[in-house]
Amino acid sequence: MKIVIASGKGGTGKTTVSVALAQAFDGPVCLIDADVEEPNSAFFMKPIIESKRDVTVPVPQIDSEKCTACGVCSSLCVFNAIAVAGQSALVFPELCHSCGGCVRICPQNAITEQPSGIGEITRGQAAHITTLEGRLNIGSAMAPPLIRAVKKAAPEGMPVLIDAPPGTSCPMITAVTGADFVVLVTEPTPFGLNDLVLAVETVRKLGLPCGVIINRSDSGDDRVVRYCEEEKIRVLLQIPESRKIAEAYSRGDSLLTAKPELIHAFRKLLEEIR
Amino acid sequence: MKELVIISGKGGTGKTSVTGSFAALANNAMMADCDVDAADLHLLLNPEIQETHEFYSGHEAVIRPDDCTGCGQCEELCRFDAVISENGIFRIDPAACEGCGVCVQFCPPKAIDFPEALCGKWFISKTRHGRMVHARLGIAAENSGKLVSIVRKQAAQVAAALQAEWLLIDGPPGTGCPVIASITGAGAVLIVTEPTLSGEHDLLRVLQLTRHFEIPSFISVNKWDINPGMTERIEAAAAEAGATALERIPYDASITNAQIQGLSVVEYNDGPAATAIKNLWEKLCHHL
Repeated sequence: MKIVIASGKGGTGKTTVSVALAQAFDGPVCLIDADVEEPNSAFFMKPIIESKRDVTVPVPQIDSEKCTACGVCSSLCVFNAIAVAGQSALVFPELCHSCGGCVRICPQNAITEQPSGIGEITRGQAAHITTLEGRLNIGSAMAPPLIRAVKKAAPEGMPVLIDAPPGTSCPMITAVTGADFVVLVTEPTPFGLNDLVLAVETVRKLGLPCGVIINRSDSGDDRVVRYCEEEKIRVLLQIPESRKIAEAYSRGDSLLTAKPELIHAFRKLLEEIR
Repeated sequence: MKELVIISGKGGTGKTSVTGSFAALANNAMMADCDVDAADLHLLLNPEIQETHEFYSGHEAVIRPDDCTGCGQCEELCRFDAVISENGIFRIDPAACEGCGVCVQFCPPKAIDFPEALCGKWFISKTRHGRMVHARLGIAAENSGKLVSIVRKQAAQVAAALQAEWLLIDGPPGTGCPVIASITGAGAVLIVTEPTLSGEHDLLRVLQLTRHFEIPSFISVNKWDINPGMTERIEAAAAEAGATALERIPYDASITNAQIQGLSVVEYNDGPAATAIKNLWEKLCHHL
């Protein structure tokens, strides 16, 4: 079972919902923080850290003794990560997508791959929850490979909850791919609705079932509810706006710490999804 | 022309509400929405589209089934798990395809096409506060960083032609590819944050990025009164990281109410948030 919590718009409560779902889970569960540009779930989980490892991607290294500056590699590379300058090819590792094409095409066998760090994965444990966090290095643009790596690190056979990055572009798509169900967290505002529509269109194009949680449900207007009715999207839960929740969040206290009674609603929701 | 990019690290802190207000407050401004995969600024500025351009970026692999021999070479070479084989029939998953062209190059019967990919549209529009360049990334399309670069470049060109005094850019959340494309070489960055552990953490990460690119950085704590202690801690940490903390914005339901009316909060009323944003703008003008 793989449930992904996504949103389109940022700051709607993805992490809050992910943590609450993990805490409400009746048995071992793995919570993956795939918002690798800005991972936040550890503030609320406070896991005991068990291990950390670097994640690398392979980037080309040119053997200048063998390189004849023929330019075949740079004409294959659609990402402009290799250019021929003078007597040898030159690599721009930050542009490389690690497709491996240059290694294979080089007529002189002058290219090998060496690992280049893009981020790290931290594994921890908090009660019944195994936590995995991906954290992208500052200055790295390569979020998708790190998201793929942190998803692959989940223990075999354990149910998985994934806290996805915001937006509807490559990182979000990488996070939701392969999900059994996508929970879209939104807020009842024009921005929330606009970005929810984009997120719904994206998960539908990927052929994934989804439902909606409306956070701060009494803060805006009813256009999100009407949209969900029209599109026949299940509204799984509405969480009213509360200063108590906002203050708890600011301190790093989880939703279920601020409002323990909500655990029943999250348990019911998990049963419905399953 | 003065270029200001409004970013946040953490999403949902109020970037777009602040940008929309600045658009209303600035004289002779040009706007750009660089949050291309969850663009919202148009909901406040109600742009009238003058020009629409298609955004082609990169290529995507497409297998011609009639020419495919089913050898599986493409599946073996693809590092993005984009080749799907079902009962000996091979096809490419467009959402997973990175557009690298490795399968196209090495397919023994040359059975893979590599057409240009239409990834979205970008627009030049008129608004009540000036011109605006914005975009819409295609659903499940790639290359948002490139589209961000186009929006920024086009906005800079229009702004130069119109001799605009300000170029106000609404940026994306995070620290990755689209953020890097939004801020590289920018005149100044305003980071809108919130007084939470997540807000602080994400602000400090994005400040590492602005420092890396040597961009003058200002911060403003939105909803500061949710946690005054945290607000002070964030402002101190930002100062230590080399950024200047400016006017705080109090929690004010007017920001949501203005959004529902399709207005920036400074156009909606003279409440606490509107007053603070006006002060913030004045302070920024003084610094820039």
